[in-house]
Amino acid sequence: MIQIASILLVMLGLYGILTNRNIIKIIISLNIFEVGLNLFIVSLAYVEGGIDPILTSHSASSTLSFVDPLPHALVLTAIVIGVGTTALGLAFAKKIYAKYGTYELDEMGVE
Amino acid sequence: MKKFLALLAVIALGVGIIKTLDNNVSFPKYGEAVIESRVSNFYIKKNVTEENSEVLFGGSDYETGSANFVTSIVANYRSFDTLGEVTVLFISAFGVALLLGSKEQKRLELNFKPNFMLQVGSRALFAIIVMVGLYISIHGHLTPGGGFPGGTIIAASVLLLYLSNDKFRTNIRGFRFMQSITGALYVIIGLVGLFVSGFFLENFLGTGIVGNLFSAGIIPIVYIIIGLKVGSDFSIIIDSFLTKEVSK
Repeated sequence: MIQIASILLVMLGLYGILTNRNIIKIIISLNIFEVGLNLFIVSLAYVEGGIDPILTSHSASSTLSFVDPLPHALVLTAIVIGVGTTALGLAFAKKIYAKYGTYELDEMGVE
Repeated sequence: MKKFLALLAVIALGVGIIKTLDNNVSFPKYGEAVIESRVSNFYIKKNVTEENSEVLFGGSDYETGSANFVTSIVANYRSFDTLGEVTVLFISAFGVALLLGSKEQKRLELNFKPNFMLQVGSRALFAIIVMVGLYISIHGHLTPGGGFPGGTIIAASVLLLYLSNDKFRTNIRGFRFMQSITGALYVIIGLVGLFVSGFFLENFLGTGIVGNLFSAGIIPIVYIIIGLKVGSDFSIIIDSFLTKEVSK
């Protein structure tokens, strides 16, 4: 169920990227796309009844049923890269606004 | 018309993905994944290079001594991946500063006048938030968290100071210096591993007892470096967005 929800988020983000003509809205759509993908990858790690992948005094042995730690590590990477690309995109948007005075792609270059 | 075509393409994509994954043998249903058949099994049992059947909390002399399996992957097994990630973040902060920065910058004015209580209160909170961020970075191999969340929390404290006082600017040269130094230190630790053990970013210190603060070899050192680097990267991005060029 949660995997279908994350695929719906990916579709929503892609639709936003294809149809919006506003730079800020395109960046927000890209973020929605990314959240959907991250949710999908994390959902692959879930095991029914699994505990979080940390050894503590309550769960002291590696023979217990843990959830998969590898997708968590990959998503940790993906989130940080996403923040970097969003910051760079917003910097470009600010620069474009300073030059053209608008965020709408259709109104640029038209006086 | 264009929106309709986009809707058709997106629906085709979604139906295609769901149809492909539905009843696929190599794609387990939600919650029915078998960890024993995945590569993560080696990471949990800590037997990638050494023979090892069971890892116990409080045991010692495993190939990596991190109690948190996610940290052992991020900062030890796939540390080279993390080095690339930190490089991407550095390039992103550098690009933002290059696009928005200039020689002389001054603060953007806020729409409201911050009162005395807001300024004093945010300064008192600043110290607590920085301490929480450093704590999370240092305990990355024992508890959830690590360098990336810890660095983000440090940057959030800087953002708090920026938003509560419209005259405030951090020592941005200091953050640039810390960004470069921590990035270089990460590579130097990797090179030391290369010369001591023969592999880049190899864990060349003793792994210690699982669950102790001073354990897991280079993992806490690497995660403190990552925390400071992520914090300074995000602080530079925040400063670039909240300043403007001095117009003459």
